[in-house]
Amino acid sequence: MQPLVELENVSKSFTLHLRGGLRLPVVSGASLVAHPGECVVLGGPSGAGKSSLLRMIHGNYRCDAGRILVRDGAEPVDIATAEPRRILALRRGVMGHVSQFLRVIPRIGALEVVAAAGREAGLEAGAARDQAAALLARLNLPERLWHLPPATFSGGEQQRVNIARGFIAHRPVLLLDEPTASLDARNRTVVVELIAAKQAAGAAVIGIFHDQDVREAVATRVVDVTRFAAQAA
Amino acid sequence: MTPLLSARGLTKLYPGGRGCREVSLELDAGEVLAVVGESGSGKSTLLSLLATELAADAGRIDYRLRDGTVRDLLVLGEAERRLLLRTDWGFIRQDATQGLRMAVSAGGNVGERLMAVGARHYGNIREAARDWLERVEIAPARMDDSPRGFSGGMRQRLQIARNLVTQPRLVLMDEPTSGLDVSVQARLLDLIRGLVAELGLAVVIVTHDLAVARLLSHRILVMKDGRVIESGLTDQVLDDPAAPYTQLLVSSVLAA
Ligand SMILES: Nc1ncnc2c1ncn2[C@@H]1O[C@H](COP(=O)(O)OP(=O)(O)OP(=O)(O)O)[C@@H](O)[C@H]1O
Ligand SMILES: Nc1ncnc2c1ncn2[C@@H]1O[C@H](COP(=O)(O)OP(=O)(O)OP(=O)(O)O)[C@@H](O)[C@H]1O
Ligand SMILES: [Mg+2]
Ligand SMILES: [Mg+2]
Repeated sequence: MQPLVELENVSKSFTLHLRGGLRLPVVSGASLVAHPGECVVLGGPSGAGKSSLLRMIHGNYRCDAGRILVRDGAEPVDIATAEPRRILALRRGVMGHVSQFLRVIPRIGALEVVAAAGREAGLEAGAARDQAAALLARLNLPERLWHLPPATFSGGEQQRVNIARGFIAHRPVLLLDEPTASLDARNRTVVVELIAAKQAAGAAVIGIFHDQDVREAVATRVVDVTRFAAQAA
Repeated sequence: MTPLLSARGLTKLYPGGRGCREVSLELDAGEVLAVVGESGSGKSTLLSLLATELAADAGRIDYRLRDGTVRDLLVLGEAERRLLLRTDWGFIRQDATQGLRMAVSAGGNVGERLMAVGARHYGNIREAARDWLERVEIAPARMDDSPRGFSGGMRQRLQIARNLVTQPRLVLMDEPTSGLDVSVQARLLDLIRGLVAELGLAVVIVTHDLAVARLLSHRILVMKDGRVIESGLTDQVLDDPAAPYTQLLVSSVLAA
């Protein structure tokens, strides 16, 4: 089976120009594959570069060297060199991303925030709305909040909106950066079930989970990112 | 397919050497491009060049017409150029008094643009104007009022209605939300976001507000001293800025 995501010899460092050009190496020679149905968990201590790797796959951080191949149907696209337009198209149809925090959009209600993500991923308006409602219900978000903008929600409520956004519509690649960090046990279990369902549907999941229980429940494989620790130059 | 708009090597230098140097950009339908940079970096100059309000010293602007042919706007005949700007383009200005006709009613401001593209039936024009005022959340009861009595946010919304009524494909915006209260700004941004997505507009938006750029744009150009010093996917440029100046710009705001 062909991998959906393949990192080959990926390196990344930050150059902090405001601090005299200080170079901060993050990862070097990172290689990684994720096949359909897998959940690859990135492990390693704080600062090891887990989030950075995930962001690089999403095209949010640049990649200095190596290739990051994400399969769009039969075509592998190298995120490291792809045009912005190509990356945006992949984000719409191929790869979903759930970060630890929701970036709220003023004036738009929670249900609509989720439904809009569904439409962006190609769902028809009615289906997007139905799926958004189903997901929010599944994640136990009280219905009285559905039409309010999430700006005033609690951390856990916002995060559930964020998760619903990432899980609505089927995308073959799912990138999860501590999606369960601010959730209670009941909702963590829901997220574990949602992840399992995506895997069963053939998605490749790459995620970071600090919570031991969640990690054990979802991981098909753990990759320790300290293996890719960059040598300070 | 060729992009809707493609500018190459656009240059305009004012006496004293400031202005806009060798700027290139591409834009397609449905794409929003943000232009950011410090005051005086050449953002408005670039927009005026794109709008062909300012004559370029060098460069070309290729634009794909509705029939699919591509023309260099800088060598287009005057009559053809004017028609194109009136029908196919919109320009939302920072100062609404420059983008509106202040002596004309709100409805008239919108209807006038329709008349400029050949609409003649009074009832239809008024209907279309009312419809657009509603879409930008201006009550029909205010239709015959002068924009002089409108708040800043209302004036900007009226500018949007005036510009969009002719169904343009490309809209240029120069700081459309600056000078407005935060809550008024949020409402306007929300409106712009919705319309851009719904109508599949191509937009170039100049803003000094990185949060606005993040909210609205797909790609971003960072300008300094008249040049584009960094460009790319908006979230990538803002979250992983490469150029020293972009890092300074990003670090100067709390959270964009
Ligand atoms: N945009 C950035 N600019 C500069 N340095 C950054 C940036 N993003 C991350 N870093 C640095 O890169 C290193 C790796 O950070 P990263 O967030 O990838 O770690 P992590 O493994 O996800 O850690 P945690 O478990 O704490 O979330 C850190 O030293 C961090 O400070
Ligand atoms: N007509 C003119 N004659 C001479 N210099 C000009 C003229 N118009 C603009 N300039 C100068 O060219 C530079 C770029 O101006 P421009 O208006 O494009 O900047 P901007 O990036 O839009 O700035 P702001 O954010 O303040 O609106 C500035 O230094 C400005 O003073
Ligand atoms: Mg992290
Ligand atoms: Mg300006």
